[in-house]
Amino acid sequence: MSAAINPSMESSREHAGFHEHEQSFVSKYIFSRDHKMISKQFLITAMVMATVAMIMSVIFRLQIAFPGESFAFTHFFLGDKWAPGGVINQSMFLGLVTIHGTIMLFFVLTGGLSGTFSNLLIPLQIGARDMANGFMNMLSYWFFLAASVMMLSSLFVESGPAMGGWTVYPPLSVLPEAVSGSGTGMTLWLFSMVLFIIGSLMGSLNYIVTVLNLRTKGMKMTRLPLTVWALLLTAIVGVLAFPVLVSAVLLLIMDRMLGTSFYLSEIYIAGEALDNLGGSPILYEHLFWFLGHPEVYIVILPAFGIVSEIISTMSRKPIFGYRAMIGSLMAISFMSFLVWAHHMFVTGMNPFLGAVFAFTTTLIAVPSSIKVFNYITTIWRGNIIFSPGMLFSIGMVSTFIVGGLTGIIVANAALDIQVHDTYFVVAHFHMVMGVASIFAMMGGVYHWFPKLYGRMMNNRLGYWHFWLSLVAAYGVFLPMHYVGLSGPRRYYEYTEFPMFQGHFMDLNVIITIFAAIGGASQLIFFYNFFRSIWYGQKAPQNPWHANTLEWTTPVERLHGNWPGPLPEVHRWPYDYSKPGKPEDYVLQTVPLEAGEEES
Amino acid sequence: MMTLLILAVLVLGFMVVLRLSRIADLSRELGGLREENIPERENRMSGRLMWAFGVIYMAAFIWMPIHFHDVFLPVSGSEQGVWIDQMYDVNWIVLGFVFFLTNIALFYFAGRYYHRADRRAYWYPHNNKLEMVWTIVPTVTLVAGIIYGIIVWNKITAAPEPGTLQVEVYSKQFDWTFRYAGKDGKLGATDYRLITAENPLGIITRKTLADRLAALKQEAAEATAARDKQMETLPKDVLEEKNKEIAHLNRTVERLLGLQKLMEDDIAVNGDNSSYLHGADDKVTKEFHLPVNTPVELLFRSQDVIHSAYLPHMRSQMNTVPGMTTRINLTPTITTDSMRLITANPEFDYILMCNKVCGVSHYNMQSPLTVEKSGAFKLWNIMLPVFDRSGGSTAMATPQEAAATHTAEAGTEGAAQEQAAPENE
Repeated sequence: MSAAINPSMESSREHAGFHEHEQSFVSKYIFSRDHKMISKQFLITAMVMATVAMIMSVIFRLQIAFPGESFAFTHFFLGDKWAPGGVINQSMFLGLVTIHGTIMLFFVLTGGLSGTFSNLLIPLQIGARDMANGFMNMLSYWFFLAASVMMLSSLFVESGPAMGGWTVYPPLSVLPEAVSGSGTGMTLWLFSMVLFIIGSLMGSLNYIVTVLNLRTKGMKMTRLPLTVWALLLTAIVGVLAFPVLVSAVLLLIMDRMLGTSFYLSEIYIAGEALDNLGGSPILYEHLFWFLGHPEVYIVILPAFGIVSEIISTMSRKPIFGYRAMIGSLMAISFMSFLVWAHHMFVTGMNPFLGAVFAFTTTLIAVPSSIKVFNYITTIWRGNIIFSPGMLFSIGMVSTFIVGGLTGIIVANAALDIQVHDTYFVVAHFHMVMGVASIFAMMGGVYHWFPKLYGRMMNNRLGYWHFWLSLVAAYGVFLPMHYVGLSGPRRYYEYTEFPMFQGHFMDLNVIITIFAAIGGASQLIFFYNFFRSIWYGQKAPQNPWHANTLEWTTPVERLHGNWPGPLPEVHRWPYDYSKPGKPEDYVLQTVPLEAGEEES
Repeated sequence: MMTLLILAVLVLGFMVVLRLSRIADLSRELGGLREENIPERENRMSGRLMWAFGVIYMAAFIWMPIHFHDVFLPVSGSEQGVWIDQMYDVNWIVLGFVFFLTNIALFYFAGRYYHRADRRAYWYPHNNKLEMVWTIVPTVTLVAGIIYGIIVWNKITAAPEPGTLQVEVYSKQFDWTFRYAGKDGKLGATDYRLITAENPLGIITRKTLADRLAALKQEAAEATAARDKQMETLPKDVLEEKNKEIAHLNRTVERLLGLQKLMEDDIAVNGDNSSYLHGADDKVTKEFHLPVNTPVELLFRSQDVIHSAYLPHMRSQMNTVPGMTTRINLTPTITTDSMRLITANPEFDYILMCNKVCGVSHYNMQSPLTVEKSGAFKLWNIMLPVFDRSGGSTAMATPQEAAATHTAEAGTEGAAQEQAAPENE
């Protein structure tokens, strides 16, 4: 029993003849230590969070496009307090903008994406029985859940949720006199983040240890699927970056509760000159973005991993430039720590620093562009099976290109002056890491659904879901670039400005309509997802004819993954359509033939 | 009841759909079709849709800026903005080329190589030469682009020539205030603890400091007396609150006494060059005017939270941060009147707006900016009332200061405006 609860590395690696233990409902589905169950827990929680955040975005988009108009939809969710007469009020508008960003970035694209796929794929693809420490893995989910619940609960407090934008810059986030959300709502936000980070760190440490120590025989680092490489580097970046956010958050908590002045100086508010002297909000910005920028790579790296795997498998072609792909992942991870201040070009930071960060930021586009060119070369002369997973992967590459190119604009300090904090930036980051990562996540769910639930999702519904989502994503974010060349963000309404009437508002209406379509089309996914759990076609062992180890496990998804001894690896994972092979795929467990070269 | 019925119908409808789709799936499965074996016609359809989407996408990308061209800002109203606009043009051309190249390749290949049973994918795991090409070409392009960017950036952020006209832009929830130097051409020192209705920017003069000290001392004394009187009757937490308040007042008095000493020391050392003597003739106004074709250094301060001074028509932006002064250079090149002709819009105004979320009225924190000929600007400026007609001195007014005050006394119209300003808060 103890070996199953906390398998030491030895027992986990050599647990030959691993047998299922009798498990109660609670230990199997709730306090589970099985990585596959924890993965599902992360996924479902993230889906709930994503739904909440998506509804929020539709509500505030309605207000932006149709200022002051009454919507039953808005009233249904917000009630009389926050939406008297069906019109959202200014406070809740800011609240929704803030919480939408927080939930999407941290709870969906960090916790949800890494949590789901690291848990599912790392042990399965490296040939391990489970994570290095199942108990810690379980705790990481429960901290994540507690953080989620706390974040959602902040929506129900009297003074409203945090309203300072998802970056919660002080002094706005410190002073309840400045905005009502900086009261209890902000306190809950901060404590939720602390819980979230604890959970995230436990998860990340586990992923790193597992990849480094529990690879099965023959699984050299250069034979790892790119998913595992990406998830490993994500975890490393997370372990290095998140603690800095904890310190930023703790100092913020002290400023709010203990009267310290880390971020506060010379503030006169509500008719009173505060005592605080000598602090600087810029310090917070540096600390925040020291996490904040690696954070966007924490979001996009797993997406790269998933998409690399799916594109290669479904094109029936080896991923082009496997080593270059690993190299670019490493380069991105390393450089992600050298670019944070590009979020601060117009904060009054020393212009020399601005120049340095503009330079490093622009260089990070090099490994990113290598990835894009390699993806395109991978599908070139492929034999592409358009499963929904593959469709979403191509969608991801497409939106990543757009977001990457606008990234070159905003990386340029001088150009950034005009578009800083405008809708251009909103469009940029939604394209490059919002939509791109969500698409990768969707693609991953379709692709590995058989490993999650032993069944197949419905393809026709998947096609509808993809095409509606793709059109909606571009319908929202393409016009938003044009709006953003002059339009400041987080504006409750633009009615006070003559320059923001006419076509400016037409574009906003277009954006909102596509946002609603995009939101509604996710219902197709939800329907397909939950229906397939119970009614989907039973999956075969290796539905996509893929090479990686997860497809050698039985469909029944045993605790311990393989019924017999662990598989042994003899080749890299991308032997698709290899000349001289009868099939267009060769499992990693197949030994090299005499004279066969490993690619 | 009605709601319940609707809900029941919805639930039943959902279950029917579930069953129907199950039947559809079963019949597919009976026909030998399984989800993992995607038939060629479905792959072909997806491939064709990739092409169709690619075409529509490219078309929309070209059509939108043409159709919605009036969303774009008019020609830049500042010299710095012209540099930025030129750099945008260069960037759009390069990025546009890459955009079309990559997207066309992506969607064309996706549609072209859909799965056919009789084909086999081309084994092509790597090509070092090709990879070198698309490492080196982007690197060279990007480095060239960013060197250009840094050159412009350095030009924009360079330290201004000595004697450049300085204008202070002061932000608070949710409006803007502006400060121009008086006769001495220099902006005086400020302290946030001196902020009152009459002194919205907290300008330091001997008089404002002494007045504020006296007021605070009185306030502290009154609060102490009131507390002492009620000492017995007040509940403990209220008493504690009062004690805190009194301590805060006393602490402020202490610190201002320190400031007073600092001021006198500075005046003793620097004489007329002391920034503490420059405040009295400053001009505080709610109107924002700048002279055309004159380099200006804008200085930004904030009273409460971070705001961002965003001047889209000038392609200019800087955050205003409590506790520090930020700055930008700006050389307006087109007057408001000329811009009205250029845009064919007689209502046109340059606009200063807040671009950093700062609270509930963030969306309406704006102020028009008037750019005018140098003469008109000077006339407007001279009509503004000075901050403190007495020269800012309680006891130690020098003859020069008194003289300066006399010449600066101007327009009653402006004085009325100054009085109106605090009411706006």
